[in-house]
Amino acid sequence: MHCDTPARSAAIVADGLRKSYGDKVVLDGVDLSVPEGTIFSLLGPNGAGKTTAVKILSTLVTADAGDLRVGGHDLATDPQAVRAAIGVTGQFSAVDGLITGEENMLLMADLHHLSRREGRRVAAELLERFDLTEAAKKPASTYSGGMKRRLDLAMTLVGAPRIIFLDEPTTGLDPRSRHSMWQIIRELVSGGVTVFLTTQYLEEADELAHRIAVLHDGRIAAEGTADELKRLVPGGHVRLRFTDPAGYRSAADALREAARDDEALALRIPSGGSQRELRSLLDRLDSAGVEADELTVHTPDLDDVFFALTGGAAVPHQPTEAAR
Amino acid sequence: MSTLALAVRDSSTMLRRNLLHARRYPSLTLNLLLTPVMLLLLFVYVFGGVMSAGMGGADRSVYVAYLVPGVLLMTIGSTTIGTAVSVSMDMTEGIIARFRTMAIHRGSVLVGHVIGSVLQSVASVILVGAVGVAVGFRSTDATVLEWLAAFGLLVLFALALTWIAVGMGLVSPNAEAAGNNAMPLILLPLLSSAFVPLDGMPGWFRPIAEYQPFTPAIETLRGLLLGTEIGHHGWLAVAWCLVLAVLGYFWSAARFARDPR
Repeated sequence: MHCDTPARSAAIVADGLRKSYGDKVVLDGVDLSVPEGTIFSLLGPNGAGKTTAVKILSTLVTADAGDLRVGGHDLATDPQAVRAAIGVTGQFSAVDGLITGEENMLLMADLHHLSRREGRRVAAELLERFDLTEAAKKPASTYSGGMKRRLDLAMTLVGAPRIIFLDEPTTGLDPRSRHSMWQIIRELVSGGVTVFLTTQYLEEADELAHRIAVLHDGRIAAEGTADELKRLVPGGHVRLRFTDPAGYRSAADALREAARDDEALALRIPSGGSQRELRSLLDRLDSAGVEADELTVHTPDLDDVFFALTGGAAVPHQPTEAAR
Repeated sequence: MSTLALAVRDSSTMLRRNLLHARRYPSLTLNLLLTPVMLLLLFVYVFGGVMSAGMGGADRSVYVAYLVPGVLLMTIGSTTIGTAVSVSMDMTEGIIARFRTMAIHRGSVLVGHVIGSVLQSVASVILVGAVGVAVGFRSTDATVLEWLAAFGLLVLFALALTWIAVGMGLVSPNAEAAGNNAMPLILLPLLSSAFVPLDGMPGWFRPIAEYQPFTPAIETLRGLLLGTEIGHHGWLAVAWCLVLAVLGYFWSAARFARDPR
């Protein structure tokens, strides 16, 4: 859905990023590059190493190996310069629950060395923007999940960072809060901020990201735009479901290319889902004298990509770097 | 901003955060005051008569004078248990991870805890000291200089125990473990000259009681406030404080510099 501008320089670059905890290899040579002003999504199931990648790129933990640059600064030699360029909102709210939302904001303003007046102005502005003004005087521990997440992000924005790491920003949020978070993220990027987003929700990556990398077993299994990734899996399919075993068998005989699911009495026929393809399929069913009880047309989505890449199924081909 | 200016500014921000916590949730600090106050009242009103008689005093005022300096130092030990607990609780909070990813002075998180804790210790000592005065404690002809020295000793002792407690908090996986690890800070005074004079202790135990950190500090405080003999306890107390503070500082700094759990 988005296009990349090739001229942009990279805000985040990782080359051969490795990290193990004990003998458990978490990241096994991750390469990635995020152009300035774009949303990059690291997609993967729980335990794939997404959070570890964020922790390393945001200077929280050190990598075992890898050439890493964030905001033009080397993570190994100048972490403090990296810290000055980034903002991080973690999976678990990094707010101080013992003090109020406003006090949290003013704490951030102090740590960014804003003047008292400027700090108050920025805090009030962000609280307003994130719809937290009413709750500003209450302890953050009393906030709902969505409010905590908004406060968390508002605190990150006090320093106006140019690069923001969002580690599963919508995990555990209700659909409404999730959409409001998406809106906020889009606004950030329209202001030129680079966003590094991890998520386990394919929909979220599809919705937001310019580029998506699928992390699996500590490696990038595939990387590209949502559309590029979708092209990685064989096209869509038509699913026919039967209630009568006899009908199911005759249909299976007539459509030899179909993948059979004997238990569900369902057939899965590869198909792009065009009118012509559907008509020919229906014609063949007619001539075999069978009628399906249910027909669904399935176009490939990121779920298919995800399962194809992470489920152990053979990956058709790795995407080239051409799109960058 | 220069490194020093950055350190001072960020540390004072962190100190404000810790004082805000202490003000919002004073129950932890106040709970920790219960032990020294209870022991003070118990020893004065229940055992005071016997103890005074044992020291050759006519009424329990002799024992009150003996007891209060030890209880004041015990108060510091007790307050710093709270430091260990709050540091370990703080380290499990996401906000610390946030601080670690910000371009702030690295040590400010710990320095904020230490200064906040020392201030709490001073406040606690003043509260317990007030109870001591209420039950009859009076200094014997202490000069202004001796009062200042006494105050300085209390602050230095608090600083030393606080850095140790911060280290204990950092190595503890949770609040309970931190509370347990910090127990020696309140048990050590029981094995010191706080409640009974060293002369009355069994011979094999005496060196342990005499050279552990609390006894020299207690004897020095007694000397300053009551005019008793300080002797070698003075420099021993200062040496213990400096050694513990420096050890605690480097231990804490090294633990904090590690990758978080």
